[in-house]
Amino acid sequence: MNGHKIKQILLDFATYLFIIIFTLVTIYPILNVISISLRPADKLLSTSLRIIPENATLNSYIQLFTSTPFLRWLVNSSFVSAVVMLTGVTLASTAGYALSRFKFWGKKAVMIGILITQMFPATMLLLPLYIMLIKLHLLNSYLGLIIVYTSTALPFCVWQMKGYYDTIPVSLEEAARIDGCNQFQAFYKVVFPLALPALVITALFSFMTAWAEYVVAAQILQEPELYTLAIGLKQFESSMATEWGLYAAGSLIVSIPAVLLFLILSKYLISGLTLGSVKG
Amino acid sequence: MNRKTLFILAFLLPALLIMFGVIVYPFFYNIVLSFSNMSLRHFRDWKIIGFKQYVKVFTENTFYVVFLKTLVWTFVNVIFHVVIGVFLALILNRKSLKFKPIFRTLLILPWAIPQVITALTWRSMFNYEYGAVNIFIAKYLNMSPVEWLLRPFEAFTACIITNVWLGFPFMMVVALGGLQSIPNELYEAADIDGASAWQKFKNITVPFLRPVMTPAITLGIIWTFNNLNIVWLVSNGGEPSDQTHILVSYVYKAAFNLYRYGYAAALSVVIFLILLVIGIYFLKKTRAVESIY
Repeated sequence: MNGHKIKQILLDFATYLFIIIFTLVTIYPILNVISISLRPADKLLSTSLRIIPENATLNSYIQLFTSTPFLRWLVNSSFVSAVVMLTGVTLASTAGYALSRFKFWGKKAVMIGILITQMFPATMLLLPLYIMLIKLHLLNSYLGLIIVYTSTALPFCVWQMKGYYDTIPVSLEEAARIDGCNQFQAFYKVVFPLALPALVITALFSFMTAWAEYVVAAQILQEPELYTLAIGLKQFESSMATEWGLYAAGSLIVSIPAVLLFLILSKYLISGLTLGSVKG
Repeated sequence: MNRKTLFILAFLLPALLIMFGVIVYPFFYNIVLSFSNMSLRHFRDWKIIGFKQYVKVFTENTFYVVFLKTLVWTFVNVIFHVVIGVFLALILNRKSLKFKPIFRTLLILPWAIPQVITALTWRSMFNYEYGAVNIFIAKYLNMSPVEWLLRPFEAFTACIITNVWLGFPFMMVVALGGLQSIPNELYEAADIDGASAWQKFKNITVPFLRPVMTPAITLGIIWTFNNLNIVWLVSNGGEPSDQTHILVSYVYKAAFNLYRYGYAAALSVVIFLILLVIGIYFLKKTRAVESIY
């Protein structure tokens, strides 16, 4: 064995050691939550660092669904997220198409305006919308919440749909027009199916904007039966001594769909990001 | 009106109406508010009072302190995101590495988890008695536990640690994309010329990474500067005694806990202008938007 080979082996060893340790540190918080969600009630505040606790139990999960309003929050959040997702996809797919295919007065202003919204601090829109919602008596209503979420998600979605349509050759629609389609049919039958990856990202992004959102919901929803997941989980976390297990179990349930969606779509997401979009 | 105009209108109008209603109108309403005395006491009978709220923003000492903290927060976070992200991407891009998809998936997880849950979970991990961080410090490092959430500096550090954890995967993914676009022949040619690993990194890797990373860093700066979730939830609204605020959490508190609507609106405008300057500077520099029109 020569010196070069030994050096190579040492380098490989160091690489693996580093990446394994780093990965463990990265996933530790997740393992910690799993561990807490499995602890029996009397061992909740244990100082053990074991991942699978002694006498592991699913009691926290059972309790979560039987003696807390968690299911209610889950339904509320699912409803709000689904509406935001539908609105986002519908509006962004049409507006993005118009911005991509046509030249018209004010187009550049719209594109720059969309980019500028990304520099708004959260309160820039939240405070005036909040005051408007009070005046329109839309506090404590999902309509108000959905309006605010849509306003957060829409700029990015329009921008990224437009960027994707730009990559689809116009000649495809021209061919469809020659075959007798009108402008709408050309969009609906030819371009729309081709834009599936971008639609998927738009859907995911609008869904995630609403799914586990706290700072907006905390101001708009004050009646407990309207609470969404994030507000509920925050309550559990605040009374950590007694409800830590519930918090852990609940946050895992909330994270799993989000994480799965994200991982399944991450391929699309990455190609979408490199296609000139602005936000992940 | 011809058919084309009609088509554009039909497609653009719904989105534009909504965007006008929820973005443009509130934006100008916010500017009006920033010149008003609106608060909980003057909610119905508010009136325009000129630049008084802006004067208040710039004459209060807190603004400068919080602004400085925001700069530290943004700078430290983005540096860590980029350094960790690029380093991991370099490792994941090595051909000899096995189980690549597993490492990649696990390392991307912090990005996939909803931010609220990340923040609340780290807050519980920073708990003095029962949090995993202090237990680890006591058991394996033999040091005395740290009062993470009770002291200003430690609480701010806790927020930064949380945010570093959730932010590096984005940079890693972007860097990985950049690395994969580098043609292998360049490295082979460099090998033939006898280039060292450092020379290859400096003269091939970095020039290829730069155009991919600059827009990502611009975004990273804007997102981090603007990230309300982490500071608000990890420090529980600026605890201890409002010492851990960055600008966005400070203005959120002024608006929704202290009901200083006019003041909060003025501060929002100031924050927006700061970000706009930073944003324009970087966009000009990177020309990230040029291809979009």
